[in-house]
Amino acid sequence: MDEEKIPLWRDDRVLKVVGQVIAVIVFVTVMLILGSNIARNFQALGITFGFDFLGRAASFGIGDTPIPYTPSDSYGRAILVGLVNSLRVMILGIILATVVGITVGIARLSDNWLLRQIAGTYVELFRNTPLLLQLFCWYFAVFLNLPGDLQNPPRLPGPIFLTQRGVDMPWPSGTLQTWLSVAFLLVSAVLALIVWRRRVMVMVQRGESGRSLQLILIVIGVLALLALVFGLQWERPNLSDNAITGGLNLSPEFGAVLFGLVFYTAAFIAEVVRAGIQSVTKGQWEAARALGLQPGLAMRLVIFPQALRVMIPPLTSEYLNLAKNSSLAIAVGYADVYATSFTTSNQTGRTIEMILILMATYLAINLIISLGMNTFNRSVQLKER
Amino acid sequence: MSKWGSLLLAMMLAVAPIAACSSSSDTAGTGEGEESSGRLATVLGRGSLVCGVNGQLPGFSFVNETGEYSGMDVDLCKAIAAAMFDDPEAVEYRNLSAQERFTAVQSGEVDVLIRNTTWTISRDTSVGMEFSPTTFYDGQGMMVSTASGITALEGLAGQSICVQSGTTTELNLTDQMRKIGAEFTPIVFDDEDAVYAAYAQGRCQGVTSDRSQLTARRETLPTPDDHVVLDVVMSKEPLGPAVANGDTQWSDAVKWITYALIQAEEFGITAENIGEFENSEDPSVRTFLGLEGSLGSDMGLPNDFAARAVRAVGNYGEIYERNIGEPFGLERGPNELWTNGGLLYSPPFR
Repeated sequence: MDEEKIPLWRDDRVLKVVGQVIAVIVFVTVMLILGSNIARNFQALGITFGFDFLGRAASFGIGDTPIPYTPSDSYGRAILVGLVNSLRVMILGIILATVVGITVGIARLSDNWLLRQIAGTYVELFRNTPLLLQLFCWYFAVFLNLPGDLQNPPRLPGPIFLTQRGVDMPWPSGTLQTWLSVAFLLVSAVLALIVWRRRVMVMVQRGESGRSLQLILIVIGVLALLALVFGLQWERPNLSDNAITGGLNLSPEFGAVLFGLVFYTAAFIAEVVRAGIQSVTKGQWEAARALGLQPGLAMRLVIFPQALRVMIPPLTSEYLNLAKNSSLAIAVGYADVYATSFTTSNQTGRTIEMILILMATYLAINLIISLGMNTFNRSVQLKER
Repeated sequence: MSKWGSLLLAMMLAVAPIAACSSSSDTAGTGEGEESSGRLATVLGRGSLVCGVNGQLPGFSFVNETGEYSGMDVDLCKAIAAAMFDDPEAVEYRNLSAQERFTAVQSGEVDVLIRNTTWTISRDTSVGMEFSPTTFYDGQGMMVSTASGITALEGLAGQSICVQSGTTTELNLTDQMRKIGAEFTPIVFDDEDAVYAAYAQGRCQGVTSDRSQLTARRETLPTPDDHVVLDVVMSKEPLGPAVANGDTQWSDAVKWITYALIQAEEFGITAENIGEFENSEDPSVRTFLGLEGSLGSDMGLPNDFAARAVRAVGNYGEIYERNIGEPFGLERGPNELWTNGGLLYSPPFR
């Protein structure tokens, strides 16, 4: 057909390219306007852009210092302390939220009426109230209402104290001997794993009893236990009139943030778990029962591995949410990376720089979480050959 | 491949002139418009003042029972609004946290920051603030419970101390405790109410802030008599209004409206008797009130700006008595006029 050439404004190929060119132009223009606006305002205020301030002495104190820090250290160090604090909450939070979430999620499908109702109430209560409110509730209503009297605080089993100043528990003292013991524990764990595998192999492939290897395992276990109890040089928390020294102190701020994040996120994870389990067809249950598996085993060996495939992508976003929500720690006085960065930006006036650092930090943390979860996801997906 | 290359080239060609155009027009705009488009003109054009305040601090800026802002900082906002528009109510208040305040000024979100802000060298220079004269000479103090038996800072060694983040008090506390070699745990909150809530619940054995703030806050604790402000002054805390650096016309306006309140007290001009002074023969009073000369109009303000401010909120002494002196029984101390042995001193209105 020798029809006329299609006009330019109706040519699909041209339109696609023009659309993209326009989009790029708009984006670049907006960025330039914003950038020049910032530059102009900086110039008017006589502020220069740069990161050299990170080396200056911070001269503000931080409550929770998991790594050594004094106020004469640099701003960079202060932000690093905050980052360690954040990671502490995120890692512990993700682990605990997963445990609580899976438990509650399975409980919601339980045959036990009471258990089902409790789990359901928990999910609805925690999923439908703001996290900030929950943090305040944990902090002001729970942790700050623990007894403030240091003379006779309630004791958990062992020398663990529960006071308004947090949880104080024995902790390795951090001398050379402690570190040697830690190294020994690690080595014995690896050794035990190797021996265990070998024992299983010997028993399965050669049909031997594996008694001698079992003996080695027991010896390793006893030695490791001795190292754990005596080698680490546990330091007990000491009570005096008005202070607790020694041992590990988990502050109420840390407790409030951790509990808040765990119970909030776990409510969402419980729903993810429930959805995952319900996505496995009823036939799989029946098949598992027909094979004679107990309900617990059927769940563990047949249903849950299949549910995991559905669960992991939404679980990843719950983990990412937990990581980002940890920035609310500033409300209850926990010195996470957000709080220390904000103090820094306030003391130095370097708001733009600190926001860039914060964005990069959270972005990096979340990309690492995503990467880990995506790798895990690939490993549990159906492998088609 | 070459198709994409040419596409990229086309994009760059399309973007380059726009980029050049936008940046050049921006710089041209600042170059010419600096004089006429300053903050003063903006505020006058808008017809109201955006004032950054604390909002949580009785005596300085607090929302009272009737839902209105009151306090010393609020009265300063009103004085500026009255001087410019002859209407003390032409103010929009923005509650700012200690963290937000400087960004709010830098970004131009508020015209003036009157939020019990301490004048320090780093804020004046690297943070990009421009401070007006000090309106309240304060010092940092420490409040503890009477039951604790603590009488000096040394008693707080090994204890927790509540403090608000992003304040000079946070830094002074650290310095002071380092000086006396006492370890302590700072519990830092972004929100001022949270600081005192945690203290009231007993999370911290001490709470530190400006002495005036502690005195005012002590009254709002559940049992004020169980708490005592220690007799230590840890630092100098000159509090005053601040504006963004680099706009002298606007900072001059704020500065001289503030001075006018101090000068009015020195002249003995109050909100009530200002009418009598308008018949005064004293040339310096007549110049001050804008009946003679052109002090105000030279600055771009109404010529009688000082008279308007005093008529609306009274002179400095009246503001102090109304907000700090009467409610909290705080002596004026260094906040007296220089003629009475204090530190308040206005340069001449001439």
